[in-house]
Amino acid sequence: MPEVTFLEALRQGLWEEMERDDRVFMLGEDIGAYGGAFKVTDGFQKKFGEARVIDTPISEAAIVGAAAGAAHMGMRPVAEMQFIDFISCAYDMLTNYVATARYRAGLSTPIVVRGPCGGYVRGGPFHSQNPEAAFFHTPGLKIVYPSTARDAKGLIKASIRDEDPVIYLEHKWLYRRIKETLPEGEEILTPIGEARLAREGQDLSIITYGATVWKALEAADQLAKEDGLSVEIVDLRTLLPLDDAAIMATVKKTNKVLIVHEDTRTGGLAGEIAARINEQAFEWLDGPIARVTAHDVPLPYAPTLEDFVLPQSEDIVKAARWLAKY
Amino acid sequence: MPSHSVPDTRPETPALPAELERPQLLELYRYLRLTRTLEERLVALYRQSKVIGGLFRSLGQEGESVGSAYALERGRHRDVLSPLIRNLGSMLVMGAKPIEILRQYMAKAESPTHGRELNLHFNDLERGYLGQISHLGDMVPVMAGITLTFKMRGEPRVGLVYVGDGATSTGAFHEGLNFAAVQRCPLVVIGEFNHWAYTTPSEKQFVVKDLAEKAKGYGVHAVTVDGNDVIAVHTATKHAVERARRGKGVHFIEVKTYRRKGHAEHDDQSYQPKDEIERWARDNDPVDRFIKQLVENGWAEESELADIDRAAKEEIDQATDACVNEPLPPPETALPGVYAHPAAAERLWVRGL
Repeated sequence: MPEVTFLEALRQGLWEEMERDDRVFMLGEDIGAYGGAFKVTDGFQKKFGEARVIDTPISEAAIVGAAAGAAHMGMRPVAEMQFIDFISCAYDMLTNYVATARYRAGLSTPIVVRGPCGGYVRGGPFHSQNPEAAFFHTPGLKIVYPSTARDAKGLIKASIRDEDPVIYLEHKWLYRRIKETLPEGEEILTPIGEARLAREGQDLSIITYGATVWKALEAADQLAKEDGLSVEIVDLRTLLPLDDAAIMATVKKTNKVLIVHEDTRTGGLAGEIAARINEQAFEWLDGPIARVTAHDVPLPYAPTLEDFVLPQSEDIVKAARWLAKY
Repeated sequence: MPSHSVPDTRPETPALPAELERPQLLELYRYLRLTRTLEERLVALYRQSKVIGGLFRSLGQEGESVGSAYALERGRHRDVLSPLIRNLGSMLVMGAKPIEILRQYMAKAESPTHGRELNLHFNDLERGYLGQISHLGDMVPVMAGITLTFKMRGEPRVGLVYVGDGATSTGAFHEGLNFAAVQRCPLVVIGEFNHWAYTTPSEKQFVVKDLAEKAKGYGVHAVTVDGNDVIAVHTATKHAVERARRGKGVHFIEVKTYRRKGHAEHDDQSYQPKDEIERWARDNDPVDRFIKQLVENGWAEESELADIDRAAKEEIDQATDACVNEPLPPPETALPGVYAHPAAAERLWVRGL
């Protein structure tokens, strides 16, 4: 069985769904003839035709709006944002039109809006963003954010099959860095709304998602080796809805929680997770809930600046040591 | 204030207009009358505080709503239109019932949205209408997607979307129109030039004289018609709908009309020149003009029209009586239906104390 990259796993998931269900189609900028800025949809137009793999104008609002209209009519559109930073151009469509459609009008809008997100790649302020917090606040949307090749595939397939609109965030730093052997002939579907235990431990829990799952794993190795600390890591995988059960289970097990995300701190998901732990597991805590996040600045370009702004493994190590001693 | 001239496109010959026989002309008249009578009833209910929120009138614009929608194929899973708050007439043409409109405005539990949304913001895709959201221009991309689906499936169906002159300033309008044009979607866009976007006159929205010029900029076939001439609007829309159905892509019809009431019922129109409103009411009311056409050309007897008026009033009376005392939705019904799964949002913990 060959190893596949995160990107190839995502590609496989999209391909399988396009083959399985002819209601599935894709639309986005440069996705067809060229195969996408990162080649996620390379070869799709050749196989499935121009009608199902549509190169669009640079019009994110129209891409999402048209996807919504098609979804109302029973289609299963997958809209690509060339970089997820541009999803803000479709913010109105997603939050006002799409997210409210079922509630206000009984309209089913099963769309997937996917695209490359995240930093650590010297992309600067407009090719590195993590937009989850902007949409996390909107009832009616779902947000998934895989960190492994298996979940990249399993979550894209589950997102396409979901009855509700899903924002699928794919970290470009993981695209070709993460490899995994996936079983052939077995359908991989990752249920939306379920977190994953990325590492089992006893002393302290790290709750995280996306690229920082891997930063946390590095940190956990170092902490095990140098400090003898046993760190548990929960990979959320779905951000909306949050898997409260998995979060509370790890809190009750280790009694110390560090929340790590690549997004900036203020108004980031860590705040909501901390609030839920406070509401549901306050008496299980043996220390304050700690956060490691990006600094509250737009993401700068120069490697020295970007590395300083984003959370690194050593930041996680330091925070974990501080918390362990508390 | 600039004065807006009234285009004169009244037919000169009494021959029946193309594709409209006497029963259709009378039906058009019925929808016009039903729209106006229903809105007048809503005004009464508004003044009795039975309408919960704002009330939006289409007075003076009924002709273009009814005339354009009447050009579509109606029935289960046929053509689809997306109306604005001033397109009540178009929804009635597509099969929306007066009682549904009344219940919506009064936020009744039995309203199409069960009290979740306002006024004409509701839909029935089987009957062929998709209610707007308040963010103007947004329905153009959505209707581009609906008509893209017709094209992808090879269904001979057409979509129609209304935009106001003010909404042609939004990005969504431009993105959606261009997207639909590039994809050759079977979409007809009705651009309603009613001269006022809330308090802002059209000359503060754009510099072009005609909205059609904007559409032409996207390579879209565009015409301008007298929006208060029901037959002219219908004829132009019919032509556009047929071309769109034959795969000729997006068509834009600008209808010149005038918003004779305020943005909503609370609005005193202090910013609109009084003589302008009076002139449009006196010389260019779409219902008056249509009656004149029907009677002078011998297409209808005045007594027939009086019968239609009476029937419309009775229908609205019955609908009002049937729903005016209905209950509002029970509070707890606010929680279900945000997602397919989970079925309902979590209840606030403090309510359980």
